Amino acid sequence: MALSREQLAQRVAQELQDGYYVNLGIGIPTLVANFIPAGIEVMLQSENGLLGMGQFPTEDEIDADLINAGKQTVTMAKGASVFDSAESFAMIRGGHVDLTVLGAFEVDVNGNIASYMIPGKLIKGMGGAMDLVAGADNIIVTMTHASKHGVSKLLSQCTLPLTGKGCIKRVLTDLAFIEIKDGKFHLVERAPGVSVEEIIKLTEGELIVPNNVPEMKF
Amino acid sequence: MAGFEKVVSSYEEAMAGLEDGMTVISGGFGLCGIPENLISEIKRKGTKALTLVSNNCGVDDFGLGVLLQNRQIKKIVASYVGENAEFERQMMNGELEVELTPQGTLAEKMRAGGAGIPAFFTATGYGTPVAEGKEEREIEGRMYILEPAVKGDFAIIKAWKADRYGNLVYRKTARNFNPMAATAGKITVVEVEEIVEPGELDPDQIHTPGIYVDRLILGSFEKRIEQRTVRIAQS
Repeated sequence: MALSREQLAQRVAQELQDGYYVNLGIGIPTLVANFIPAGIEVMLQSENGLLGMGQFPTEDEIDADLINAGKQTVTMAKGASVFDSAESFAMIRGGHVDLTVLGAFEVDVNGNIASYMIPGKLIKGMGGAMDLVAGADNIIVTMTHASKHGVSKLLSQCTLPLTGKGCIKRVLTDLAFIEIKDGKFHLVERAPGVSVEEIIKLTEGELIVPNNVPEMKF
Repeated sequence: MAGFEKVVSSYEEAMAGLEDGMTVISGGFGLCGIPENLISEIKRKGTKALTLVSNNCGVDDFGLGVLLQNRQIKKIVASYVGENAEFERQMMNGELEVELTPQGTLAEKMRAGGAGIPAFFTATGYGTPVAEGKEEREIEGRMYILEPAVKGDFAIIKAWKADRYGNLVYRKTARNFNPMAATAGKITVVEVEEIVEPGELDPDQIHTPGIYVDRLILGSFEKRIEQRTVRIAQS
C-alpha cells in the first residue's frame, strides 16, 4: 500500500533528532509537526520570521500579526523568537537549520529538484524554496512517486524549471525511501506491502536496488 | 515638518511626490504586516505604471491586489504570487511584467539596497531560471550568482509602534520584510498603530532606527487574515 499523507509525515518524523531546528514546507511537510516523537524537542522555523512555531491558535488566541510561511494563523512555542526576513534567510542560507522538509514535482538522479513552476499552467513562484534547497545540507523531499497516470516523478533528468541544482540527497515518496548519490537513485526502504518491482517500474531514473530492501516501520 | 519630527497628518501628505513609473518597495508577508492604508492611498491617487517590489501581491480585493485590479502596476518583483486570480490573468495576457525572485534573495536585495551594497553573490537560484543573464562565479568550490540590490523611489512600511522621530517597533511576524524595505526607499513612509513621544520607546528594543524614516502616519487597520486556522480549545 502506498503511504498516506500522514504516514509520509510519520516516516519523516523518525528522522528528527533532539535539539533539531527544522523548517517544514507547505503541505505534507507541515504534518510532520504532528508526529514529533515523545521525548524529543525540536524548534520549528517558519521562513517569514519565526523560530519556535507553536500549534494553531484557539479562536481566542488568533492574532493577525502571527502567521507561518503558509500564511496560516499560528502560536509561538515557549522559547520562540521573531525576526525579519533577511535574518530568517541568513539562518537558512547560512546552513544553520538542521533539517529541511519540502515537496517537489520532480527530482532526478543528479539531485536536481523542480518544485515551483509548470510553464503555461502554474506560475505561483518559488517563495523560499530556492533558498532552502541551496542553503540546507540535510533535506528530505516528500512527494508522490508517480502521477495518477503512472508517470514517474523520479527522473534521469528533470523536465520542469529547476528550483535547485544538485542539492537533494534524500527523497521519501509514497512508495519508497530513496537516497541520491553518484548520479543514481538508491532504494533504501519500501512502503509496507509495496513490492520492489512496483518501485522499479515507477522509477524512470537509474535505480540501484540492494538485495534486501526493508519495509518502513511505523 | 521640522527637525526629526516625522509625523504627517494625512495620507495624501504621506504619499506626496509619488509619480507614474516610480518603483515602490513594500513590506509585508501575505496580508500580514502590510501598509494597507498607504496602498489604498496609492489606489486613490491613481498613480500608474508602477514597479512594485514586495514578497507577495495581496489578494484580489485587499493589499497590493487592489493596485492590480486598478491596473496601476507595470511590473512586480515578488517571490510568491499565488492566491491572486487577477494577477495570473494579467501575467498570462502579457499586461504585467513579473520578476520571480527567491524570498531570501529578495530580502537580501532590499537589505543590500539600503546598506550601500550594489550586489551580492548567493548560491540560491544557481542552475535555475533565476540565474539566467546573471554573472556566475565559483568561490571555494561552490557556484554562486550575482544578484543586484534593489532600491525604491518610495518604501511603504507597516510597523506597530513609533515615536515621533520615526524609531520603529514591529509586532510578531508582522515584522517580516518591513525592516529591510524601510532602509531601501529614497522616501520611506511608515504607518503605525500607535505614536509615542521620543524617549518612551526603550532604545534597546527599537527594530528600525528613525534615520531610515521620512514620513510617519497614525493609521487604523483591518488586518485581514488569509488562512484562518484554529484548534479546538481543550477544557
